[in-house]
Amino acid sequence: MSQADASLPERYDVAIVGGGVVGCAMARRFTLEGARVVLLEKAVDILDGASKGNSAILHTGFDAPPSSLEQRCIAEGHAEFLEIRESLGLPLLQCSAIVAAWSEEEVARLEELMDQARANGVDDIVPLSAAEIRAAEPSLSGKVKGGFRVPREALMDPWSTPHAYLLQALANGAEVRRACEVTGGQFDGSSWLLETSTEVLRAHSVINCAGLFGDLLDQRLLGETGFSIKPRKGQFLVFDKAAAQLVSSIILPVPTEKTKGIVVCRTVFGNVLVGPTAEDQESRCDSSTDAATLKSLQGKAAEIVPGLAEIPVTASYAGLRPASEQKDYRIQAYPERNYVSVGGIRSTGLSAALGIARHVLGLHQGFGPRFTAPRQPRVPEVPSRLSEYDPRAWEEAGNGGIVCHCELVTRAEIERVLQGPLPPRSLSGLKRRTRVTMGRCQGFYCTGALARITEGAFDSPLAVRAAEGEDEDA
Amino acid sequence: MPEAPNLPDACDVAVVGGGPAGLAAATELKRHGVPRVVVLDREPAAGGIPRHCGHYPFGMREFHKVLRGPDYAGRLVARAEQAGAEIQTGVTVTDIQPGGILSLITPEGTGELQARRILLCTGVRETSRAARLIGGQRPQGVLPTGALQSLVYLEKMKPFARPVILGSELVSFSALMTCRHAGIAPQAMIEPNERVTARSFAQGLPKLLGVPVHLGCEIERIIGREQVEAVQLRDRKGRRWELACDGVLMTGRFTPEATLARMGHLELDLGTGGPRVDQDGRSSDPNVFVAGNLLRPVETAGWSWKEGLRVAQSLARDLEAPRAREVTLELQIQGDAIRYLVPQRVTLPLEEAALESIQLRVARPARGSLLIRSAGRILWGRRLSALPERRILLPLDVLKNAAPDHPVEVVFEEEEGL
Repeated sequence: MSQADASLPERYDVAIVGGGVVGCAMARRFTLEGARVVLLEKAVDILDGASKGNSAILHTGFDAPPSSLEQRCIAEGHAEFLEIRESLGLPLLQCSAIVAAWSEEEVARLEELMDQARANGVDDIVPLSAAEIRAAEPSLSGKVKGGFRVPREALMDPWSTPHAYLLQALANGAEVRRACEVTGGQFDGSSWLLETSTEVLRAHSVINCAGLFGDLLDQRLLGETGFSIKPRKGQFLVFDKAAAQLVSSIILPVPTEKTKGIVVCRTVFGNVLVGPTAEDQESRCDSSTDAATLKSLQGKAAEIVPGLAEIPVTASYAGLRPASEQKDYRIQAYPERNYVSVGGIRSTGLSAALGIARHVLGLHQGFGPRFTAPRQPRVPEVPSRLSEYDPRAWEEAGNGGIVCHCELVTRAEIERVLQGPLPPRSLSGLKRRTRVTMGRCQGFYCTGALARITEGAFDSPLAVRAAEGEDEDA
Repeated sequence: MPEAPNLPDACDVAVVGGGPAGLAAATELKRHGVPRVVVLDREPAAGGIPRHCGHYPFGMREFHKVLRGPDYAGRLVARAEQAGAEIQTGVTVTDIQPGGILSLITPEGTGELQARRILLCTGVRETSRAARLIGGQRPQGVLPTGALQSLVYLEKMKPFARPVILGSELVSFSALMTCRHAGIAPQAMIEPNERVTARSFAQGLPKLLGVPVHLGCEIERIIGREQVEAVQLRDRKGRRWELACDGVLMTGRFTPEATLARMGHLELDLGTGGPRVDQDGRSSDPNVFVAGNLLRPVETAGWSWKEGLRVAQSLARDLEAPRAREVTLELQIQGDAIRYLVPQRVTLPLEEAALESIQLRVARPARGSLLIRSAGRILWGRRLSALPERRILLPLDVLKNAAPDHPVEVVFEEEEGL
């Protein structure tokens, strides 16, 4: 630490490390409480780790371990999401879920699962006979044996949702640094001096929301950690929008000890999603898919909904869940060091993020300063509404014309996002914000136009201009 | 709902898609005196795929000249306009409904168009990496040929410098030539089958250009976090190796752009991936006709142009006086060697059919007897040795002898020992 660093003023109350869904919700919560917040993300864009690939379900927590921290955070997060979603323009498809049993052994477990749901405060579940399930979901395989409905399970947009959380934080004074990795830091008894790949900054407290790298960040800053991350990969298939007429509810399997199992559900974008697998691995960043697994998912999909056998696949992806060696979340405060570690947010982070943020705020109040909340917090403008089930930008006059024909993304939407407060610096960032190239043609029609529109916007451009003379006849 | 200012709200024929088939059809419809023919194209200019195929040879059948794609597209547009067709670009059709109703998006907002007949000519696209279930990471730089060509020829841009090319269809060689044109150096051509798919004249090309061809080889994984860094290949013997590259061209395996049919009310054919039609190109909705590559993957621009013309003639006759076609015969594929048939049904009598032959493709190399049977009787037969992606034509007129009330069976009786 240099002399200059030692005298660096404390510009932030809270430094949040990690721009996944938990970090974004955290930034929003602390900013709305009046804290001076900076969010540090090592990737070039937010949502680049575990939050990049999930099943986009707004869970009720019906199958969470009863009276666990996870169950509490899901319940609170779910409730707050419903409160704020209209003002932030967040899509929600209230389609409910059916837990479907496919064997007598699974049927035998339904009673216990329903008891668990009621113990978790999800007391509106409805037992269903096989005939009732077939009547509600006529395209589902006739082999279903029974199950129950969870009315408040719903579908959300996994990307615009955390974006909106962070945009609201930014609109109320928070700062965000992307491509900014925390490389070290010291706590001097009253505040933290954080060294990053781009600058040195001082904050009163640190909140570790580093997801897949949470235990490593604890080690780096505290010299110890209370948990260790065991990355668990989940592969998914996305089916063409023609499939959406085959499924209405979220079709959940009877969960096992290790995983919630293979889910079949629509997406708010109008597709059908099948996945995830659950594969333990060492790597914290390799979210590769493999053909054999994708093929078996395709087979599994057709077992659950036979009509899917005739529907083309639009996309495939894999996500990494930051599971730990235990089932529950691993959220721990270190009050003597102005530090909270938010670890092991395995697969329910999207549903629970707002609840996790409230829980961490409570822990922080135990050692941190009192904040004064702004009286009239600002609501950010929604840059793009992406749900297939809500009005879209293409319906407006002056949309600039369609650029991505499969997802009906307009030029005006793309330009708004590129000029917005949190512009993407890569194609994947633009995809998450607008859905360009995420449709059935995967860029066949629009890559040319898109390369031109995004010229100069991305760190690694879609294409570069041919050199003078290079276009002449070969 | 804001109305688009420049669009008519009614017309006689709405042609969806302004490529070779759609433009040929619009021109022909005008020549037959159909009053209002509107071509709707979602791109900024009509012309279809040839717009971004900067290479030869196009236009031999249509203009008796050897043209490049963009010049060919320009001539088709000019000819349709001269004939009096109205070409509307930047217009997306989002939905078609029974009764000839089209829902539209324009830059000015949404609109609706009422047409007496709809002609769908939305063409084909290549199968994406995702639909091929190719594993690995998801970096940028994985593109179909269509995207490469629009970058190179329309935008004068290059997405990569050293890609590999997956596939060995005609379009794969077109991709090779596009690379060469743009100063892009393909590292290899990779073909999962044991032989090159395209006809022989293209086969010497890679060697000529110094591009290695790996046959019987699959891309097992794509490697790279931001941009493609390598592909992991696997051959038939299970040997794996990595090949450094900065892009992957996913060429060929065309599939009809049948979204309007798939999301709407038209019957789809699983073999072609396009709408099911009769010999006039008429779909399951009697007011909706189909022409060009939407019928099946994939034919040349010239073939699609001819098809547009012929279907337009049937359509014009239908507008004048819908003919009662009383007997409908369904064509059924027997066995798994045949990949698809077009048309999938015929309506008798057969006179003045728009589609003059039954178009057929095989799913894999096959040798044996190709037969058309009706009620146990052989109407037609021929011995042949067939390869995938090659045009095979069967006579349509033999179906006039088919038994009514029985499906027509088309069967490939394979010989052992191939």
